[in-house]
Amino acid sequence: MTGRASKTIRVDTLARVEGEGSLFIKIEGEHVADVKLKIYEPPRMFEAFLRGRHFSEVSDITARICGICPIAYQMSAVHALESAMDIHIDPAVRLLRRLFYCGEWIESHALHIYMLHAPDFLGYEDVIGLARDHREVVEKALRLKKIGNRIVQVMGGREIHPISATVGGFYKVPAKQQLREMLPDLEWALQTSLEAVQWTSTLEFPKFEQDYEFVALRHPGEYPFNEGRLVSNRGLDIDAAEYEDNFSEVHVKHSNALHSVRRGGGSYLVGPLARFNLNFDKLPSVAQEAATKVGLQPPVKNPFRSIIVRAVELVFACAEALRIIQAYEPPSAPRVETPNRAGAGQAITEAPRGILYHRYAIDANGLVLTAKIVPPTSQNQRRIEDDLREYASHLVAWPVNEATWKCEQAIRNYDPCISCATHFLKVTIEK
Amino acid sequence: MSSKKNLKPRVAVFKFASCDGCQLSLLDAEDELLAVAGAVEIAYFPEATRTMLKGPYDIGLVEGSVITHNDAQRIQEIRRQCKTLVTIGACATAGGIQALRNWKNVDEFIRIVYASPQFINTLKLSTPIAEHVPVDFELRGCPINKHQLIELIAATLAGRKPNIPTYSVCIECKRKANVCIAVARRIACLGPVTQAGCGALCPSFDRGCFGCYGPMETPNTASLTNQLRVLGQSDDQISRAFRGFNAWAWQFREASEECHRR
Repeated sequence: MTGRASKTIRVDTLARVEGEGSLFIKIEGEHVADVKLKIYEPPRMFEAFLRGRHFSEVSDITARICGICPIAYQMSAVHALESAMDIHIDPAVRLLRRLFYCGEWIESHALHIYMLHAPDFLGYEDVIGLARDHREVVEKALRLKKIGNRIVQVMGGREIHPISATVGGFYKVPAKQQLREMLPDLEWALQTSLEAVQWTSTLEFPKFEQDYEFVALRHPGEYPFNEGRLVSNRGLDIDAAEYEDNFSEVHVKHSNALHSVRRGGGSYLVGPLARFNLNFDKLPSVAQEAATKVGLQPPVKNPFRSIIVRAVELVFACAEALRIIQAYEPPSAPRVETPNRAGAGQAITEAPRGILYHRYAIDANGLVLTAKIVPPTSQNQRRIEDDLREYASHLVAWPVNEATWKCEQAIRNYDPCISCATHFLKVTIEK
Repeated sequence: MSSKKNLKPRVAVFKFASCDGCQLSLLDAEDELLAVAGAVEIAYFPEATRTMLKGPYDIGLVEGSVITHNDAQRIQEIRRQCKTLVTIGACATAGGIQALRNWKNVDEFIRIVYASPQFINTLKLSTPIAEHVPVDFELRGCPINKHQLIELIAATLAGRKPNIPTYSVCIECKRKANVCIAVARRIACLGPVTQAGCGALCPSFDRGCFGCYGPMETPNTASLTNQLRVLGQSDDQISRAFRGFNAWAWQFREASEECHRR
């Protein structure tokens, strides 16, 4: 024993995150001795049972990794498989996939901003408490979330695990009128998102900045969803095919999820903060102006302010959805032909929580030989621990209860999806 | 808090191996969420709240399948704490997609994969909740239908049986006046043996049903298997079709194994 005061911050079941994890921080005197974000949710072995399945089944299976961002898992899967089999999609399908992703970003960000994250800033245990005092805010949030879900439902049949996306396109594409019917709601959603930027910017933010390596897709013409090079603020600029040369996964004892790190480097950050900082110039002017008006300009280095960045991305997603729907002409066919063909390929897309990497090898019968998937939360996991190590040192004088809540809030800055992260413990199957 | 609040039925939501999607359905019930939250006390629902109250609970909603020793112990305690225990979704009801491990040698697999297999705590099988404890109602689907969930909660609160059909997806297609894709377009479809609940989504999107809601009440899988062969499906394809999100439901399990034996 050192004789100095020692205390422990312990949260056995993290709340308002997707999936199951716990937090352990040991503080000795002024010093943070240990930080563990423990992920005890058991692995489900997706890579293992994808082997031997036909490529046409893959996106339906990978969707089941995460009920919160199934579209991300469908999009990375179909793009990686199209890369493996050299399939080129119709430009109208490409736009529909962007619209599909807009729906997921809207529902996921609205869920996180209002229902999972905002209660921390305002001292509520949950959104129900928030609704008692701010019912109109919560009602707007629910309507916003519903509009995001509506896009997903119109395009894919249902909100969770939609059924229309497939290799080469969609099983069925929406009629013009089906999409146009959503325009009034989306106009409302755009206005409400602008209010959300304003509202989140009035929250109280801890003074806490870190020198992050931000990693996100970057596309020459647009804010990224499904395409682009992978870049960082420290000079990374690679194709998806080079991902595994630049990032590696480390198996740590206390976690059922692999930690992803930069080869020869350390932790990095993916998600809204990274996208915003690396792609601010690609945001539509309505989103740029909303951000500037509340004093939000890149680089944003305070992770607590990610809640405002999510609101800015809501503005983007609503504006982008409006733009796509207004110009929509259905493709000549919902999907291109996809005969069985051997090959290997990978893709990265931007899930609401950050980049999602998929790689597949397919045999001549169209069956999966190998699969590898790296979800956003396993990439952020080490960064979350780094944040906590630093942030907890600011809290050593605080009562344990309050420090604990603050640390939980610091984890929720990342909107972690533990369900996703753990499902990849078995990722390291390599032949 | 006021004594009035304490009279509300206490609801708890528990998670086992799953994707979180079925419990998210409750948060996705945007039009009903605040009404539900007004009618019950959300006593335990970590995905939504920091408040975690001890049992007993009036209604326990269980998502996910049992895949660790700890899971197997935890479900016993949860059963003791819940007056009515309801499983939500294919994982809790049939073992989920992760039940595909049940046809593999998990021990060998772990030895191949892990440098430190002793850290890996997992059972050989992914099993539904009802294999471990008595379950009062099983809500099907991958994911569940949020309207069925609201109906289930309302029915339980009212002390009546939930109105949830057990007939096949075919009935839903007929109701929607869908032309049968299996007959008219020779698309392989599990609709005849799959329980309704999705609203015949896949046939409405020009693709065959892939069995999200699991076996209907009296599925004739042998007849469907023959029909799929007529449509030109190989035994491998048919076996894979039954081995989806409800692979470990016994009717689908036997049908897939029958194809394997051939």
